Amino acid sequence: MKVTLKVWRQRNASSPGEFRTYQTPDLNPNMSFLEMLDVVNDSLTARGEEPIAFAHDCREGICGTCSLVINGKPHGPHRLVASCQTYMRSFHDGETIVVEPFRAKPFPIVKDLVTDRRAFDRIMAAGGFISVRTGAAPDANSLPVSKEAADRAMDAAACIGCGACVAACKNASAMLFVSAKVSQYSLLPQGQPERYRRVLGMVAKMDEEGFGNCTVTGACEAVCPKGISLDFIARLNREYSTALLRESIGRTAGSDGGA
Amino acid sequence: MKLESKVPSGALEQKWTKHLGDIKLVNPANKRKYEIIVVGGGLAGSSAAASLAELGYKVKCVIYHDSARRAHSVAAQGGINAAKNYQNDGDSVHRLFYDTIKGGDYRAREANVYRLAQVSVKIIDQCVAQGVPFAREYGGLLANRSFGGAQVSRTFYARGQTGQQLLLGAYSALMKTVGAGAVQMLPHEEMMDVVLVNGHAKGVICRNLNTGKVTRHNADAVVLATGGYGNVFNLSTYGRLSNTTAIWRAYKRGACFANPCFTQIHPTCIPVSGDYQSKLTLMSESLRNDGRIWVPKKKEDSRKSPGDIAEEDRDYYLERMYPSYGNLAPRDISSRAAKKVCDEGRGVGDSGLGVYLDFSDAIRRLGENAVRERYGNLFDIYKEITNEDAYRSPMRIFPAVHYTMGGLWVDYNLMSSIPGLFVLGEANFSDHGANRLGASALMQGLADGYFVIPFTIGDYLAQLKPGSRPASDAPEFAEAEQQVLGRIQKLLSIRGKQPVSHFHKRLGKILWDHCGMARNARGLEKALQEIPALREEFWSNVNVPGDSADLNQSLENAHRVADFLELGELMCRDALDRDESCGCHFREEHIDAEGECDRNDEHYAYVAAWEYAGEGKKPVLNKEPLVYEAVKMVKRNYK
Ligand SMILES: Cc1cc2nc3c(=O)[nH]c(=O)nc-3n(C[C@H](O)[C@H](O)[C@H](O)COP(=O)(O)OP(=O)(O)OC[C@H]3O[C@@H](n4cnc5c(N)ncnc54)[C@H](O)[C@@H]3O)c2cc1C
Ligand code: FES
Repeated sequence: MKVTLKVWRQRNASSPGEFRTYQTPDLNPNMSFLEMLDVVNDSLTARGEEPIAFAHDCREGICGTCSLVINGKPHGPHRLVASCQTYMRSFHDGETIVVEPFRAKPFPIVKDLVTDRRAFDRIMAAGGFISVRTGAAPDANSLPVSKEAADRAMDAAACIGCGACVAACKNASAMLFVSAKVSQYSLLPQGQPERYRRVLGMVAKMDEEGFGNCTVTGACEAVCPKGISLDFIARLNREYSTALLRESIGRTAGSDGGA
Repeated sequence: MKLESKVPSGALEQKWTKHLGDIKLVNPANKRKYEIIVVGGGLAGSSAAASLAELGYKVKCVIYHDSARRAHSVAAQGGINAAKNYQNDGDSVHRLFYDTIKGGDYRAREANVYRLAQVSVKIIDQCVAQGVPFAREYGGLLANRSFGGAQVSRTFYARGQTGQQLLLGAYSALMKTVGAGAVQMLPHEEMMDVVLVNGHAKGVICRNLNTGKVTRHNADAVVLATGGYGNVFNLSTYGRLSNTTAIWRAYKRGACFANPCFTQIHPTCIPVSGDYQSKLTLMSESLRNDGRIWVPKKKEDSRKSPGDIAEEDRDYYLERMYPSYGNLAPRDISSRAAKKVCDEGRGVGDSGLGVYLDFSDAIRRLGENAVRERYGNLFDIYKEITNEDAYRSPMRIFPAVHYTMGGLWVDYNLMSSIPGLFVLGEANFSDHGANRLGASALMQGLADGYFVIPFTIGDYLAQLKPGSRPASDAPEFAEAEQQVLGRIQKLLSIRGKQPVSHFHKRLGKILWDHCGMARNARGLEKALQEIPALREEFWSNVNVPGDSADLNQSLENAHRVADFLELGELMCRDALDRDESCGCHFREEHIDAEGECDRNDEHYAYVAAWEYAGEGKKPVLNKEPLVYEAVKMVKRNYK
């Protein structure tokens, strides 16, 4: 098969970008989308043109590096997969495919299809952790955690931090990302002492970084490669209002017990 | 060079405790006067940077990723070992130690492995306290499963995403210290060289991948936690960006490279489908708990659909050859067995390079839902890649490059042969000998980062006067920076005909053919001719478009492949020199009557630590003898 690519090319953050059109060489439908880009890039190199820059690493949907908007959808046509897990058999011979970077103000473009998503790290540094000094932990089985709570925490923890949720949101909201982390910890007994301090810190940072408000349209959940559920946003909202309330009456930042 | 392992004296069980009591300490008020550069933010790097910062040291953490959460550790699926004996099935520190030494075919350093088993129990405590959502039983206690090479259930896991969850734990600990101003992250920076002043590691030269800017960074000590080098084979289960540059440049500055030819080929990966392929995907070893591996007994059946092959015509070869470990035989042995049946013409799939991993028994026994609960995400990955449903028909799998046991030589303090240069995680050689057991790399990375380096680095730093580190305008920094800039210019000026990928693929093929699952002197000698020739071709005919003023992925890649082209030669040299079979290193000249490794302890019970001797010169082989005090070196037997 062969396809036509319309690809966003932009030299760096300060220069303007534009779409350029490329015909691919002959492709095997079992190639991944990124392997297709590899092949296109080798042919561009052979012609003395600069290859298309795109972010990738694990190529198996777990590192959260790949970040393409394919035909208008972050991570492409299929639910529950990342760009790197998209295969050419999902497109038809002769199709024109539009490829863009994740677009959102807090994610400035570095080059072509690569954006800078370090704002997520800054949100994490503002509270996305449980403070436990190395070596100071009690025996791992000293505190049983129900299987339901552990499983639910794992559902939230599965987030790969790719930022598709932000790219899909008309407000560039990072609520799905933040809610996943806040929920993971608030579901576990280990997360209780810093429960309210954490949510206040992360939300404040999220606002400061320029991520928008959540208007619960659900576009984020629909594109999330890990199926992180909107329910976690509801949980985040609850956690946040309780934290604000407690703060207004001068209560401590952690929970008094019980998750 | 004289290699001093610095293994403490005394009984094996007491060595680590004794050492902790004996090593020098840095006074708490002085700690903030020492600056440490940690290169790497995977399990080993993140855990080390966070723990060192907590102790009060000033830490810089250099990664080429945008975020430490993307390090290749994130991809580990199956689990992490620890001698907790929560299952009451007879596990102990000694048993984990023994399994690891035996699994490594008696080519690992005994005292390091014992320490690893000792600290393993604390790792699980640490991770649970950080909120890592390990799998649990209904009673609320932690669940376990079994991995290859063990007869107890000591592997902790978080669905099929254990590496991701452990990394997120270490990364969040790191982010906490970043938020507190104790660690400065240097993301998108690729370390290009180590700077030595008076023979000690005192800094690094980095290139910013987004701006191309080359910068100098000085420190009192440098820690490399830069992962493994399996991508030298081009196709592997590693992330595409994993590379050898950091440790290779350190090698060229005088750090010995130990056992470079020890690479692990993992038995259960999705087979190659075409020459455009960029990576191979692992199907976790945990699948072997419930999946049964087989090929048809008769060659003629190998093209039939698996459902049409009667039970009595199937050869469950691991169960047949290794009845006591069965499908859980160690990786090197399982991979070789797969190669053997495929060489016999009984391999399945279009290429004939595949074997079945069949869950039909498990689905009958446990029900589809229970199988889905345990392995659902792996079945999903399989479906995505192959477009086949493994609940209905067996998976097809084949061995692929997965891990490197070799790495920079380190002593008991994890210090390389360059004073002040420490090496952690997969980048060092220390704990897995000639074969690593499943679920032990995560354990080692976190052991090194959380529980070893925070103490052992003090032994070095305590000898230095606080504030004595050389400034980054020292001539040694300028010299190293010039070399880096010169190499960038050279790569950009060749403008040859072939893209970087062309050379990487060819190198990978040479190594897979001659330094892969089976090796022999003739093949290795051939590879030793071919690799230098390929390298020469690279330096005259590679095409690296663009410049170095912004993000240039071809240039990044060219640097990495140029280093692989040198490392590949050293691997073959090491494999040729080790004229015995052991673990992953299967020399066809040394096979016993049963077709297994014929190890030669009399002549090869040593760590081969290669020392760089200069451009175009043969590297010097240093040997660290392996002396076992607590175990007897016996023939590995999994029958
Ligand atoms: C698919 C897969 C599954 C696995 N499953 C398991 C498992 O179930 N259990 C198990 O125990 N092990 C498993 N392993 C092995 C294990 O994941 C790795 O050995 C381990 O995670 C390596 O950790 P690390 O911290 O040493 O290196 P990595 O995680 O590779 O981190 C390397 C870090 O160094 C940085 N870096 C490297 N070079 C430079 C440079 N020049 N400049 C700047 N930064 C640099 C990178 O940015 C990165 O942050 C698996 C491996 C693979 C490939
Ligand atoms: S490249 Fe890692 S998630 Fe796609």
